[in-house]
Amino acid sequence: MGFLIVQFLTGLSDASGLFLVACGLSLIFGVSRIVNFAHGSFYMVGAYLAYYLIGYLPLGGLSFWASILISGLIVGLIGILVEVLLLKRLYRSPELFLLMGTFGLILVIQDLSRWLFGSEDLLGPRCPGLDGSIDILGTLLPQYDLALIIIALLILLAIWLLLNRTRWGILVRAATEDREMLAALGVNQSLLFTSVFFLGSFLAGLGGALQLPKGGADLLMDLNVIAGAFVVVVVGGMGSILGAYLAALLIGELSAFGVLVLPQSTLVMMFLIMAVVLIIRPYGLFGKGKSGEYEYDEKTSAPIQPASERLKLAGLGLLLLVLLMPLFAGDFQLVLMIEIAILALSSMSLYFMMGPGGMISFGHAVFFGGGAYAAALLVHHLNTPMELALFFAPLLVGLLALIIGWFCVRLSGVYLAMLTLAFAQICWSIVFQWSAFTGGDDGLLSIWPSDWASNRIVFYYLTMTLCIGGILILRHLVFTPFGYTLRACRDSALRVDSIGINLKRHQWFTFALTGFFAGLAGSIYVFSKGSVFPDEMAIPRSFDFLLMVLLGGIEALSGPVIGSAAFIWLHDLISRIHFWQLILGSIFIFLVVAFPRGIAGFLDNRFGRIFSNHIGPRA
Amino acid sequence: MLAVNSLNTFYGKAQILFNLTLAVQAGEIVALIGRNGAGKTTTFKSIMNLVPAESGKISFKHQSIYHLPSYKICKQGLGYAPEDRRIFTKLTVMENLEAGKQPPRRDFKPWTPEQLFELFPNLAEKRHQDGGTLSGGEQQMLTIARTLMGNPEMIILDEPFEGLAPMIVKQLARTIRKLKDQGVSVFLSEQNLNVARLICDRAYIIHRGSIRHESPIDTLSSDQYEKYCSV
Amino acid sequence: MTTILSIHRLSKSFEGIRAVNNISFDLNEGELLAMIGPNGAGKSTCFNLINGQLVPDSGSIVIFGKKINGLKPRHIWRLGVGRTFQITSTFISMTVLENVQMALLSHHGRTLNVVRKVQNLFMDESIELLERVGMADQQDRACGTLAYGDLKRVELAVALANNPKLLLMDEPTAGMGPKERSRLMELTAEIVQTHRIGVLFTEHDMEVVFKHADRIIVLNQGKLVAQGCPEDVRRDTGVQEIYLGREEAARLEKII
Repeated sequence: MGFLIVQFLTGLSDASGLFLVACGLSLIFGVSRIVNFAHGSFYMVGAYLAYYLIGYLPLGGLSFWASILISGLIVGLIGILVEVLLLKRLYRSPELFLLMGTFGLILVIQDLSRWLFGSEDLLGPRCPGLDGSIDILGTLLPQYDLALIIIALLILLAIWLLLNRTRWGILVRAATEDREMLAALGVNQSLLFTSVFFLGSFLAGLGGALQLPKGGADLLMDLNVIAGAFVVVVVGGMGSILGAYLAALLIGELSAFGVLVLPQSTLVMMFLIMAVVLIIRPYGLFGKGKSGEYEYDEKTSAPIQPASERLKLAGLGLLLLVLLMPLFAGDFQLVLMIEIAILALSSMSLYFMMGPGGMISFGHAVFFGGGAYAAALLVHHLNTPMELALFFAPLLVGLLALIIGWFCVRLSGVYLAMLTLAFAQICWSIVFQWSAFTGGDDGLLSIWPSDWASNRIVFYYLTMTLCIGGILILRHLVFTPFGYTLRACRDSALRVDSIGINLKRHQWFTFALTGFFAGLAGSIYVFSKGSVFPDEMAIPRSFDFLLMVLLGGIEALSGPVIGSAAFIWLHDLISRIHFWQLILGSIFIFLVVAFPRGIAGFLDNRFGRIFSNHIGPRA
Repeated sequence: MLAVNSLNTFYGKAQILFNLTLAVQAGEIVALIGRNGAGKTTTFKSIMNLVPAESGKISFKHQSIYHLPSYKICKQGLGYAPEDRRIFTKLTVMENLEAGKQPPRRDFKPWTPEQLFELFPNLAEKRHQDGGTLSGGEQQMLTIARTLMGNPEMIILDEPFEGLAPMIVKQLARTIRKLKDQGVSVFLSEQNLNVARLICDRAYIIHRGSIRHESPIDTLSSDQYEKYCSV
Repeated sequence: MTTILSIHRLSKSFEGIRAVNNISFDLNEGELLAMIGPNGAGKSTCFNLINGQLVPDSGSIVIFGKKINGLKPRHIWRLGVGRTFQITSTFISMTVLENVQMALLSHHGRTLNVVRKVQNLFMDESIELLERVGMADQQDRACGTLAYGDLKRVELAVALANNPKLLLMDEPTAGMGPKERSRLMELTAEIVQTHRIGVLFTEHDMEVVFKHADRIIVLNQGKLVAQGCPEDVRRDTGVQEIYLGREEAARLEKII
């Protein structure tokens, strides 16, 4: 009995930290519509700051609590800095570019932390006065866990009062609905945004600092906590603070007890809860209506036009270059080209889903990595030859995409995006934890092409045929009735329903197509590398694809290809430098500030006249 | 009081307003009449800097408000109630009013919710209801009441009568006249000449983004109206 | 005369409030039927029940002799029901022509086609539809750049794409100038006559209603309080009291 109570309280205390992070994320999203990927980084910085402050502050017993509070405040100030210097410039850009900017921040903060705090995992100090345990019916519970539970409840109460009983709270809630109107009513929304950003970042920093005695500080905290925080926000309902608390509680408790039944199930558990809740209540426990929708930016909605003669010529020239490449390029360039082609196919399939489909995926790596694993497993367990593996792996991923898509198309906007992340995370944890079948962390090795294709140049041509073919098929799809229908679904769900179109069915098939082509890319990838590791399915990989699409810009059909080429070129250029993440992140941030429509969008803007047909006036 | 001079505004590459010039005196009710797409909403949004103008001059109480942030324009005493109402649907009526509240102005008795409930009796009984549950007419009234909470000296109403039942139109027209009696100038847009005649002192006719005609409402002939406002 | 739409004892409540309360009426072919009433009278709810966006609590909706309670909007469309929206809803990333093509693609069951290019599909039919509403000369413009009145006409063309026998129009003239309004309604009346279809529309502009409707039904607080030809409705003292007001009713006499 005592054991169960202690287990319950442990779950509750685990929930507390998660709640603080999620609560800040939710507040910021509600007011500014920014899905702040870097929120987890604030949490990490909070933990590091507290660690060092506790060591330095000469306040005796008080220094622990003072350090935690000060860390929160410093992180809040960092939040202000980020908001004022970076995000303010991006409020008028499409939301996807904000995502890219905040992702750049993750990389920058990651490397800055490595530089400032070192890359060793730090063990948290104990809380003076609360370092003992209490005995609950024979089982021990750390006193600090109880303190965390109480602190989280107090903060929940404080925020609720702040939002519902103060003028500031009313303005924040009003801004959540209609910012422009609020400005016309005399409210300085810029100041309001900054204040909300401060509060949200403060809560994240506080959360990180508070969990220090329980979990310490390390460089993986940012991505680990952000996935959890997303889940909490989505399960609780965007913008609902009470919902965030209950969702954190639900996840904390189910993990605490889930561990007893299936020790390795924690990760899967969290995402399963999310999937189940969203299927029953698409907008989360306390979510109301469509507040999580992405509004499609009108600027991105000019009618598409078939390629002009000049663009076709340019494409032909590029194709020729690709074909002749082995004549003059070295092995290294060929390898690079192979990688670009593979990733271009994969991001083209993501583009198909995001651009014409209007569905944003945070978990595209599940299809790419899925393809790689499907092929590798076929080879490893069944000795399947490469040709068959390349045929069956995409089909298997297409099937997987049908399963995932069946759930996802019930939702839309940010909710859909987060559900894709959840499914990707489930598949990743299965691959990671089921070592007997998948090789776990060690991956699967020695997956080589058949003999005839093992020559570098032959493999080069094989890759180019499959990838360029795939890209052209996806491009063609955009111009077919299916592609048009998909865009129609994106433009107006109301209208497609009233002309007899089954929106969900078309979106569902889009998932399958996306899965198939990303799976194809993944299966070629595994043969080009000879091995596969769980990283190919992990969150950072998904973000890579998102970045490639965004880098190219989602207005132009050529965007994904240009984006992947730029991404890989950049990556290759700087990944040998010591703090390359810092540089890469800064480049992303620079790019979103300088080219808010993506590279291809920028080129189109600048040189569009050269390549456009001018059928009609452009929007 | 409000003077707009040679205003040019673009949406993207399309020019909407062409050298638009007009003025509203203190204590007047002025109508901006024109058909849909003539540029009425854009005029208002440009004045409030919600759609920044490309060139021109806008002054309010002899001070330039051109390209001032919207919230500062509001603080100068120029209130704006948009055509699509845009009340905060998840806030209660009282909270909506609070969101519009601004510090009192010198020489000006600040509005209180109670006074506004006298002006708009329908809202009084629903003060603790969420804005989203109100009917269209009530939402329109809340929009105006909310703007009044900012104690404006002049209020801009974009098509306040659009979509209201004939009975409600009458009621709202009476209320707007009362506002004038309390010293608030009103600048509103309308498509229908008959409705404008009910309450306005003076009218501008806007067509294709510029002012084509200006006269007191009594002398505005139907011909003038027909010429620009009927399609 | 054939009955196209038959509503019988229809009711729908939201959180205890009866938005639509026991309403019955019929619509015949070749008829323009207007539904009017004060804000919150239940017009939108009634509309959304008929087009399938909402599911009724009780009562029946019969279209062409088939009970459609609980059918989804897209299934109701397939029965031959077109509709236009109060706030226009078109595909803004497409041209005028492509909007109509989209409706035709759906009508002909071709939306899953992944082989042919849309460019060459149903061109003649689309242009013919656009000619009918007078938009053929603007077929290549992006819908995002059209004037409001033109968008309404595109919507009408889209609504006509599946040869509907019943047309549901939610405030068809909202946001249009006076002459534009009557032109759209005249166009609608003409289509009603030539194709013998029935139209049910809601409208706030009383001039439009009393000039163009063949018959009017009046809702108030969820109930049907009057129905009949424009003249009868205008004279109805109950309607004057809750909705029109006496002056407006007097003014409307000239129009009818």
